[in-house]
Amino acid sequence: MSIQVRIPTILRQHTQGQKLVEGAGATLDDLFADLDSRHSGLRERVVTAEGGLHRFVNVYVNDEDVRFTGGLKTELSDGDSVTILPAVAGG
Amino acid sequence: MVAHARADHPDEACGVIAGPAATAEPRRHIPMVNAERSTTFYRFDSAEQLAVWNAMDDADEAPVVIYHSHTATEAYPSRTDVKYAGEPEAHYVLISTRDPHVAEVRSFRIVDGEITEEPVEGLGEAGQADEGHRGDAYAVQSYKFGHTPDAIIYDC
Repeated sequence: MSIQVRIPTILRQHTQGQKLVEGAGATLDDLFADLDSRHSGLRERVVTAEGGLHRFVNVYVNDEDVRFTGGLKTELSDGDSVTILPAVAGG
Repeated sequence: MVAHARADHPDEACGVIAGPAATAEPRRHIPMVNAERSTTFYRFDSAEQLAVWNAMDDADEAPVVIYHSHTATEAYPSRTDVKYAGEPEAHYVLISTRDPHVAEVRSFRIVDGEITEEPVEGLGEAGQADEGHRGDAYAVQSYKFGHTPDAIIYDC
């Protein structure tokens, strides 16, 4: 099972500079655990200590914001693509 | 950008100027929706942001400028602006529309939580922005950034 994950510039320090990495997982939560095993520190930039998604990080599965598909419980299939983008926000 | 900020005032306006990633020249103005529609906060709509970021990626472009307006305060990055500055290569442009006649436009780099101001130079014809008109036909045509960098570090 292989899922392509696009990494934004600001998180590439955790992926040895790579903008595209591969991972596997039945759900998004599983995928981040899997990615973290090879790219240490990546998971905690996206998942909070309480186990939810960071409010100002956007995660998309096949171009759909996972806030609308069940968040970290979003189910994944082989060949899915995941994109992470830091939210652009401010006051 | 100023026309956009005026049109959305008193809500904060926000957007991007994309340009070739190789040269970081700001070329293509993309006003974005402020999903918060707030006078004190802005956030790109997540679906729109993905569409714009994908289009830039396909065209080898980068978000050279990320701008937003402050409608009652100065054109200087707030603490939340710094907290959520997630594109270290971008030039963060602040526009203040607190004065109805004079727009303040200032540009900053925000890297690792540190703000560095940079000079803004208007090139081309600067016409009067049409009040309430969202288009930028009369706006300053382009900006040059940081060509004589004079770093001014503000403690905040």
